[in-house]
Amino acid sequence: MANLIALTPCDGLLPISEGSMELREVALERCVSVAPFEGKQKAASDALKAQVSAGLPAVNRRSGAVTWFGHGTWMLAGDVSLHGLAAVTDQSDAWAVVSIAGAGVEDVLARLVPVDLRPSAFKTNHVAKTMLGHMSVTITRTGPAAFEIMAMRSMAATLVHELQVAMRGVALRA
Amino acid sequence: MRITCPNCGERDRREFYYQGDALALSRPASDAGPEAWDDYLHNRDNPAGDTRDLWFHEAGCGAWLVVERNTVTHAVHKATLAEKVKR
Repeated sequence: MANLIALTPCDGLLPISEGSMELREVALERCVSVAPFEGKQKAASDALKAQVSAGLPAVNRRSGAVTWFGHGTWMLAGDVSLHGLAAVTDQSDAWAVVSIAGAGVEDVLARLVPVDLRPSAFKTNHVAKTMLGHMSVTITRTGPAAFEIMAMRSMAATLVHELQVAMRGVALRA
Repeated sequence: MRITCPNCGERDRREFYYQGDALALSRPASDAGPEAWDDYLHNRDNPAGDTRDLWFHEAGCGAWLVVERNTVTHAVHKATLAEKVKR
């Protein structure tokens, strides 16, 4: 058996910093998507709560390790057994996850994302499925000037590049 | 043009993919006969005015929507989840 070397999606790309902003990789060891079967959403949420102490949050929200991930779908950072209640699909290694934090991050994202992410409209644990440049992403606010962004793993280099250019532009104007 | 997704709120048109007339949701019975099926598959009105179309929130939540809009005024009246539309 070949001795494989595991690389994270942003290996060799991150961390970077511009001004007071930092872009880092969030390494997800394991994550699964959870799509409850018809009429089983409540039961799936209860079972999830019992196992990972967070149920299914409302649309556009995150609760603990569970993030709304589109119509009828949630993403769990971790693992769960929901036999007969939901389709649980392994998504480990499929997503590039980065965190961007520091004063000015809202200005950086305003250059790339066509959704209002200011704190007045987008609070901690709010989630938006939208675009960053031409790329589909899931954006979660994790704190006062901190966001987490998920993109498909194949787009990791583009994601980092887009963010770095925007960060540099904002930092130079600060 | 902006569409208010029932899940995500008001979003830019470029997040959506256009499919066609929402008539596609009204599938005839399997024994409805060739005329009903021909009509369902091939015949579409092309009105100047109010339309009801299927749109896919491709770069957002991935839901199929029925969007009611007006092709003359470009007003978007309403967007409903296709799964909640009465058939």
